[in-house]
Amino acid sequence: MTVKDTKSDGIPRTTPIQSATFSQSINAEIRRAAATGIYDIRGGGAKRKVPHFDDLLFLGASISRYPLEGYREKCETSVTLGGRNASCPIELDIPVTIAGMSFGALSGPAKEALGRGATLAGTSTTTGDGGMTQEERGHSNKLVYQYLPSRYGMNPDDLRKADAIEVVVGQGAKPGGGGMLLGQKISDRVAEMRNLPKGIDQRSACRHPDWTGPDDLEIKILELREITSWRVPIYIKVGGARPYFDTTLAVKAGADVVVLDGMQGGTAATQDVFIEHVGQPILACIREAVRALQDLGMHREVQLIVSGGIRTGADVAKCMALGADAVAIGTAALIALGDNDPRWEDEYQKLGTTAGAYDDWHEGRDPAGITTQDPELMARFDPVEGGRRLNNYLKVMTLEAQTIARACGKSHLHNLEPEDLCALTMEAAAMARIPLAGTDWYPGKPGTSY
Amino acid sequence: MCGIVGLFLKDKALEPQLGNLLTDMLITMTDRGPDSAGIAIYGSETTDHAKLTIQSDEADTAFDGLAKALGDTIDAPVSLAQKDTHAVLDLPADKVAEARAALREINSSIRVMSTGDTLEIYKEVGLPKDVAARFEISGMSGSHGIGHTRMATESAVTTMGAHPFNTGSDQCLVHNGSLSNHNSLRRKLRREGVHIETENDTEVAAAYLTWKMRTGSTLGEALESSLDDLDGFFTFVVGTKDGFGVVRDPIACKPAVMAETDQYVAFGSEYRALVNLPGIETARVWEPEPATVYFWNH
Amino acid sequence: MQIFDLEAEGLRALNSTLHAQAEHTNQTVWEIVNPKGSHAIAVGLDAPIEVNVKGSTGYYCAGMNKQATINVHGSAGPGVAENMMSGTVVIDGDASQYAGATGHGGTLVIKGNASSRCGISMKGIDIVVHGNVGHMSAFMAQSGNLVVCGNAGDALGDSIYEARLFVRGSVKSLGADCIEKEMRPEHLKILADLLERGGCDAKPEEFKRYGSARQLYNFNIDNAY
Repeated sequence: MTVKDTKSDGIPRTTPIQSATFSQSINAEIRRAAATGIYDIRGGGAKRKVPHFDDLLFLGASISRYPLEGYREKCETSVTLGGRNASCPIELDIPVTIAGMSFGALSGPAKEALGRGATLAGTSTTTGDGGMTQEERGHSNKLVYQYLPSRYGMNPDDLRKADAIEVVVGQGAKPGGGGMLLGQKISDRVAEMRNLPKGIDQRSACRHPDWTGPDDLEIKILELREITSWRVPIYIKVGGARPYFDTTLAVKAGADVVVLDGMQGGTAATQDVFIEHVGQPILACIREAVRALQDLGMHREVQLIVSGGIRTGADVAKCMALGADAVAIGTAALIALGDNDPRWEDEYQKLGTTAGAYDDWHEGRDPAGITTQDPELMARFDPVEGGRRLNNYLKVMTLEAQTIARACGKSHLHNLEPEDLCALTMEAAAMARIPLAGTDWYPGKPGTSY
Repeated sequence: MCGIVGLFLKDKALEPQLGNLLTDMLITMTDRGPDSAGIAIYGSETTDHAKLTIQSDEADTAFDGLAKALGDTIDAPVSLAQKDTHAVLDLPADKVAEARAALREINSSIRVMSTGDTLEIYKEVGLPKDVAARFEISGMSGSHGIGHTRMATESAVTTMGAHPFNTGSDQCLVHNGSLSNHNSLRRKLRREGVHIETENDTEVAAAYLTWKMRTGSTLGEALESSLDDLDGFFTFVVGTKDGFGVVRDPIACKPAVMAETDQYVAFGSEYRALVNLPGIETARVWEPEPATVYFWNH
Repeated sequence: MQIFDLEAEGLRALNSTLHAQAEHTNQTVWEIVNPKGSHAIAVGLDAPIEVNVKGSTGYYCAGMNKQATINVHGSAGPGVAENMMSGTVVIDGDASQYAGATGHGGTLVIKGNASSRCGISMKGIDIVVHGNVGHMSAFMAQSGNLVVCGNAGDALGDSIYEARLFVRGSVKSLGADCIEKEMRPEHLKILADLLERGGCDAKPEEFKRYGSARQLYNFNIDNAY
């Protein structure tokens, strides 16, 4: 419809203006809610724009600092995780790990591809809510076994096969929430692994069934260590809620490694309102977690893995400069495998979405054959090729991080420091406690007023 | 997040052993709370006298000459018995409020841990066994007592953040759990004129009970209404001059074990806190029900 | 019979000794003295041995058990036999919260009372309680059987999937989506076997059966609570 700018009597019309508050997408959601009576459940992480690593820049070297020569002069990337209590800590070649994603949300071949890619790149991958599959154990050199509230597929044999155990207290997409796997994905195999009827909507609890709070968690960790003979590291994963306290308590409860997941972290499926409105951006979480470790004298003794929106080697380098020991990627790994690729756009359109929107990962009809249990769709995905692609991507991220670290004069990624950074925005400066570019100041800096 | 122990003696013959039994119980709960520890002991009553347990980080200088200075200010005889960073002041019961005000004037480093006819509270940062040893708890006698080991969740690890919290004359409270509405409640109570020292969630619970009792509730009624007004997870153990109470939130997933014999009622966050009590093998052992107030009186 | 003094030798020595017992061992019976409420006693066993604990235990006794028979001659703390896969665990006294939580198989017998959340998220284990069970028992119970010879507390079987619940006494309240179901001959047969394995002299006919109304199985806002 074209709107004439004058009425028939010659008086200028007002121009129709869309409300910023009642936007088209908000109105559509109100109509959808009114029609169905069900809140929106979707996959992925927060889509809203939040302060992120793009708002930080490295200073680089020039006359006061001297850079290292690319390729020729060494820039190490290795990291050891879990040396605090475990007799067999995890040694990784690169500080980029694969985050926990469930068999069930992902197909068996997709889990295999993650294992293949991670192993080629010299890093670890992680199970998820639904247990350990042969595919991923067989193809993962280092496999972290998640210990979750639902305990789907949890058994001591797999526990003893793991290279580390990650006690999942929460995740960034939904700190304080449980999970939901819609019935379309509960195939025979998924149902059997989870002891559930086929095709039902599977609910996951928000608290663990047999402990609540750090004092009980300490005893739970004792049990896990006794069962695995104090051999493997125990990680504790928390969502970005109150990172200072949560990190402190994880360490007091006995964690060897703390995994901290910001609000941009993905999920197979949960309420949109949870994804977009609960939890903090990862940028705001890292310094607080590091401060907790420093206050306990445990920085670098207990390692910090951060996740939630990590995409590039620059993100990796920035996380490490802020004090993390390693990062984990989930969404980025799926995209590297070929998920949400525009080459499937026609089929995404048929599902009522578009490549890159990943709203419907949980619907179980993923055209890329990755987040599905449908045999025909799964057959489209080649785990060997997927592994190759993931390895390539991990290599690129590492090269990028090394490029930055060398430019800052570092012979190891873990020598990056907060002082190597400046911030582009006030928000990022405040959250990361990094001076605004061109100043020596950030909001809340001790000794300054604002 | 913490460990709690409590012992309420029915058999007077056990009273000389109260401190000893409680100390042993407390130390078994070290893993649950290594940050700080505290004990409330209900000892012997002194007719018409009250006890003020005080603490100072500069105890040696702060307590030196304090009894005389305080006695001169409030114009009454005051005696002082020092134990490490704490001291118990003995003074006429009708002079307590005056003495508290005077203490603030005399030395601002002095903090009041408890007031009452029989109650003494000792608490400090450190491991339970060290805290118990510093205050020679094992040598104390009494009719009942409550101990606490703390793993701080959100508020600071300090002496004042340690439990038990004194909630009113001869009243004390300890907590295991984490309250989710304590900030709003703290603001409300402060508007009502209730003094709250710290940002600790448990102190809010303690102050809430004090406020309820000040406005006419019995302790039992105050505990009942706490189930409506406090949100989150909690197991509370409370002491009064002659009573001992327990209440858990409606979800009740923080642990609690109780034991009762002809000689005592005992509380532990875990059963192992109770294993060395006399006659535990034949005691009635049970877990308190959710949202149910339990109370014992002498 | 081997006697192991937990207080003297410590937890790590106990569990590593028990873990070292293979499928074919001559040392089939162990007695653990001085447990004193300690945590993680006899966890992660995977051999057909018998372990007798002389006293009460703390958290997670017999956790993740496979094959072994573990008898606690006292009471058990939270999470006894959690995530058990197979074997048998018998508690002479009471069991604290979360008894048999997430258990996949085997039999857990509690001769006294069980506290709250008995059989939470159970996934195939059989639990026989001679006394009462506390609130939220069989929460999200997926499969297996819970037999309660006494009474059940509030919210029995909340959000239950396909586990079977048999209660002889009263049920304070049923949880969301849990209903009383018809006791058919096949259920009486299953129950008779469970009672025999649990050493109960109760008669199957005295029990009522509870299970899922299956109204929560597909997401619907009217089920929100």
